[in-house]
Amino acid sequence: MPDAKFSVSFAGPLVTLQDAGRPGNMRYGVAASGPMDRLAFDAAHAALGNSVAGTAIEVSLGGVILNCTSGAVTLAVTGGDFVVEHGGQKRGSWTVLTVSEGDRLTIRAGRAGSWAYLAFAGDLLAQSWLGSHATHAPAGFGGGAVLSGRSIEVKNAALREDRLGDIPQPEFTPDGPIRVVTGPQDRYFAEGAVDRFLSAPYAVTDAFDRMGMRLDGPELDLKAALSIPSEPIARGSVQVSGDGVPTVLLSDHQTTGGYPKIATVISCDTDRLAQLRAKDKLRFAAVSSEQAVATCRTYLENKQAYLDHIAIARGTLEQRLMRENLISGWSEEDMSAAT
Amino acid sequence: MPEHAPKFDAIADHAVLVGFADTISEEAHAQVVALDQALADNPPKGFVEAVPALVNLLVSFDVMATDHAAVIAHLKSLLDALEVNSVSGRAREVLVCYDAELGPDLDAIASATGLSVDAVINAHLSGDYRVLMYGFAPGYAYLSGVADEIQVPRKTKPVRDVPAGSVIIAGPQCLVTTLTMPTGWSIIGQSPTRILTGDPDAPFLFDVGDQVTFRRIDRAAFERMKDETVHA
Repeated sequence: MPDAKFSVSFAGPLVTLQDAGRPGNMRYGVAASGPMDRLAFDAAHAALGNSVAGTAIEVSLGGVILNCTSGAVTLAVTGGDFVVEHGGQKRGSWTVLTVSEGDRLTIRAGRAGSWAYLAFAGDLLAQSWLGSHATHAPAGFGGGAVLSGRSIEVKNAALREDRLGDIPQPEFTPDGPIRVVTGPQDRYFAEGAVDRFLSAPYAVTDAFDRMGMRLDGPELDLKAALSIPSEPIARGSVQVSGDGVPTVLLSDHQTTGGYPKIATVISCDTDRLAQLRAKDKLRFAAVSSEQAVATCRTYLENKQAYLDHIAIARGTLEQRLMRENLISGWSEEDMSAAT
Repeated sequence: MPEHAPKFDAIADHAVLVGFADTISEEAHAQVVALDQALADNPPKGFVEAVPALVNLLVSFDVMATDHAAVIAHLKSLLDALEVNSVSGRAREVLVCYDAELGPDLDAIASATGLSVDAVINAHLSGDYRVLMYGFAPGYAYLSGVADEIQVPRKTKPVRDVPAGSVIIAGPQCLVTTLTMPTGWSIIGQSPTRILTGDPDAPFLFDVGDQVTFRRIDRAAFERMKDETVHA
């Protein structure tokens, strides 16, 4: 199959190549990295019919402008509510389109969301580190940042006309407070700090990157000026620095650290948390570890059903009409007789 | 079974933190290393990875395959059979060049401690180092064992753009950097030994618990080996 090539005419800061991540290396100081919004990343690949969620471009609020310099490829844009401009048309993220030589594709911040994903029906060429293309942004290891003036190459670029159009957006994702399991060092906090954390509104600040999100809200006092031995950190840990300010650690988090952690965001709530923007308000709510497990299992089942649903090729208009007619004209007996 | 009953904390939906102590001790770390090893030999169903640190160990799991209670039960069975003293890390050697240009803080440590620069270097070489944990950035391995007489506090202000391969110390800890980054630790030399080895089968030089010795090389050897490493 032919290749498609793009030149990057503009890329904002924190636009990086990401695959599903490199778990298993935290013991060596290496967080798994991977997408900030894993649902949107997976959806981009599913909507293209990619059997493996390979490497995609994670687009920050800074946006990206690509010029297709040769070939053609079908691509998907998902995540948040970004603006996608192509061929004189402006549309939102959650869309599949085909870009050909001479075309310009612009993805820029829209009404909501901090991260969009651009996946291709093909293999995005990228540097590998420890078996993964995911960019560890602070170190620059892995696929790396997408930078203005550089080029991007997609091998085995496919045209998938039967997948063009809007991608149904997920409807199973929760809203409401961001759920956490308290601990493991909540015992180090002053009386009332945990209650305050769970009841007060917080706001996202500008100090928000792939490592974490610093919040603005009531200070969370420690019992004393404690020196806590450096402990392992998980994605979603809410650590509180000496000034009482909480920071939620995300994809490129440090793997160990000495700040006490008041709670950890459950894994199925980190995607929507990461899509918030500076000044957005949020609240936290505590769940038990058993509730966390049950909630995340249900979420992952719903997520898989959603991905399976959007992975079904919609077909060309003609095919879609024919399918509608066939299905509406069939009885259940016909279905079982046919299979 | 360890002397003090370990503490188990549920972390979100996907991990358990096993704590052996609230303060740093060799005993607690030996327990962390022993449990880490036992887990590697006998992982529970749904095991994703373990992260050893100073006094505790994070055990991550796949929430679709298991839950906290099952992982804790498995950890308890491993702890019951744990032989802490039987674990001993591998011996690793790190080359270091203490040339004044590569170790710009040697003079300051000498004046702070009342030692000569040579005595500072010898004290560093005499240390009995052990890999405590990784953290901060990929390949940043924290080593314990800096000799008492050269233990100096962090600088009040970090120095920018300290090159990868710098050998730095603060208090009882020593570290060989892998990235060009700012640091408030004292820079005493540079090493051509890569902690990020570039070998896909063994990408990191140390495992937590390994014993480390430093061997002195001169500037000419450093320059030669630095080039060799780069071209390897």
